[in-house]
This record gives sequence, C-alpha cells and structure tokens, in this order.
Amino acid sequence: MKKINFATIVAAGLVCFAAGALAATEGATKDSMQLKPVKGEEGKVSAANTFNRLLKKDKARNLPPPEDGIHDADNEGTHVLQPPLVAFEGLPKTDFGNYVDWVQSLQKGFLNPRYDRVDPTVEPLVMDLDIVREVKASVPDVVFPHKPHTQWLHCSNCHPAIFIPQKNANQINMSAILLGQKCGVCHGKVSFPITTLSCKKCHSKPKPDDWKPPLSSASVKNPWR
Amino acid sequence: MINIKGFFTKWRVAFAALIASVAVVLMPQSSTAEYADVVINNYADAAGMRPAVFPHWYHRIRFRCKVCHADLGFKFKAGGNKITMAKIIDGQFCGACHNGEISWSVENCGMCHSGIPGTPTSIHGSTIQRLVAPTYKALPKDGQPAPSDAPADAAPADAAPAEAAPAKAKKK
Repeated sequence: MKKINFATIVAAGLVCFAAGALAATEGATKDSMQLKPVKGEEGKVSAANTFNRLLKKDKARNLPPPEDGIHDADNEGTHVLQPPLVAFEGLPKTDFGNYVDWVQSLQKGFLNPRYDRVDPTVEPLVMDLDIVREVKASVPDVVFPHKPHTQWLHCSNCHPAIFIPQKNANQINMSAILLGQKCGVCHGKVSFPITTLSCKKCHSKPKPDDWKPPLSSASVKNPWR
Repeated sequence: MINIKGFFTKWRVAFAALIASVAVVLMPQSSTAEYADVVINNYADAAGMRPAVFPHWYHRIRFRCKVCHADLGFKFKAGGNKITMAKIIDGQFCGACHNGEISWSVENCGMCHSGIPGTPTSIHGSTIQRLVAPTYKALPKDGQPAPSDAPADAAPADAAPAEAAPAKAKKK
C-alpha cells in the first residue's frame, strides 16, 4: 500500500511540475484573451469554452535579452546588453516587427542614425519618386516610395542586382517576396514584416472606379459563357 | 495478486505523468526575441563558442542600412558573409566599428557570442522561418550540443557553412 501511495504522489508531483512549466512559458499571455471561467453545477470548468482557443497566444513583446529565447542567460555578456524597451521608449509604434515605426521615427526626427561610418554630418542622397505598380489581383495597387528607402539605403543596395532600374523590367509577385526575393530580401526579414496587418503599407493605392477583375483564360474560352 | 495489479496500474499513471512532464519541458519553446535579430553560427559552435547574435534594432538606431550593407559590404543574407574573428580583427565587417574607436573592441567576447549554444544561423521572425522552416528549439542547458545537431535544424541554405566549420577546425 505504501508503494501505491508513493506512486500517486510522484504522479501528482510531476503533473504539478509540468503545469508550472507551462504556466511559466505562457505566463505572458494577455488577460483579455482569457474568458472568465464559468462554473458548472459541480464547480467544474470546461476548457473548451476559452475565447479564441485555436488562435496563437499573443507573445510577449520586446523582452530583455536574457529572457528572449535566443540569448544565453548563463552568459555574462547577455546581461550587459541593452533591453529593447529602453531604446524604443517614445518612438512611434506599429503592430508588427519590432513594434516600432522606423520610417516615422527617422522622418519625425526621433532618430538620426549616421549615413557614414565615421562622419555624422554626411546627409543621405534622398530621391522622392513614387513608383506605382498595377496589380492584376483585386487588391489595391502598389505604390513604392523611393523617399523612405533612400533615407535608409543607397541606390546600389537595390539597383541593379535586385531591381533593374527600368519600367516593366521586374517581375514581382507575392510568392517571390514571401520566399525572400525582390522586396522580400529586406521586407519579412529586417524591414517591416509581411503579415495581414501590413498589406496596406505597400498595397495602398485603391483601384480606379471602373476597374474590373481580368477574366481567366478558362472563362474566356468557355463557349457557354 | 490484486495488489500487484493495482501497483502496476498506479505506476502506469506515474509513468504517463513522467512522459507528459518531460514532453512539456522539452516542447519547442517559441522564442520571443526581437524581430530581425540574427543568430550567426557558421563556425562558433564548432569552435566551442556560443553563436553570435546581431541585433538589427540596436544598430539601426545608430547607423542607416547603407553604412553596413553598401559601404562595409555585408550581404543581405544571414550567415552569408563568412565572418571570422580574423577578418574582424583585420578591420573587416564588424571590425570596421568594433575596434575600440567607434564602438567597443573584440575583447568583449560575450557581448556578441551570447546566443544559446546549438542555435542555427537564422534571422529571428523572418517570413520564411514563420511559414516554411520549422522553429528551432533551445538545447537543454546541461547537455552538450552535438555538432551534427546544428545542420539538421538549420534551413537548407545554411547547411553548407555548418558543414564547412569542422573542416576549418581540423586545419587549425
């Protein structure tokens, strides 16, 4: 009998340990995501009724290096590094990426990063030219603004290796971008990420009123159309 | 006999709980690092160092993209620059600034080499990482990372540098 009791205690202990570990990893979830538990007749709570139960939990934002999951907390240098929230204080916010609007931060003068490695007085070569790319699909057309790009980058970063500087010379589609080509060389890696929240950052020019979606070839060939 | 049967069922429960608890602890921990943090593990693990972590956000506040990606010749590819400490001390790549004049010098090993051992070369939060490649997980702290683990977890494009690392170690 004593052994049986020991087994149950071990089982209970392990379950508690596991629950603790889970709670520690998901402790950062928002309170608003959790529904108040509804107590049934016997006081049981059904886990099936939690709000948005199949959605990913909101992850904690801008954690300091020792807690961020890629820095080793056992390393002394990790604790010397600056926590991101200290640096991001007061900068314009967005809902994705670093949760900082870097372009606005620069244009509104919150930041003044150097354009030259040693000389802080060098001014960037800014070109203000918007390129409109008509999109076949029904999403708004793409406007590419050269201004914010030239504020951060140099012409040679994109031209001619990534984009040929010539009209209609570049085949761009979302598949290529998502796989890290064309715009995806930066966007989706270091500059603002490609999420459902950020579509409108590029797809920003509404279609003309008389725009109709193009007919697919199957539709055109259909004799009973 | 009845007691023995009961004994086994109870221990079965204990065993199941053990499995469950281990599974929870070893479950891939979703990393919450800053967007665009780059882990560079071309040679570090093989040389017995923690992988280097490059925070884009920190450097972006101080320098525009152009400085590193146009002037210093950093390619737009995580792990694609084949950076070694010899090159850095020679003033190339990181060494252009991390030389004790513009920024702190290379004796602060742990400030760059601060990644969790065994983390493959990657950009944190990238679209490809979210949509295609499996998320990496941290190795247990007591276990030494086996050299063969890193390429298996890494994205296909990163497998080549990881394989090249042991060869380089042999040359030394």
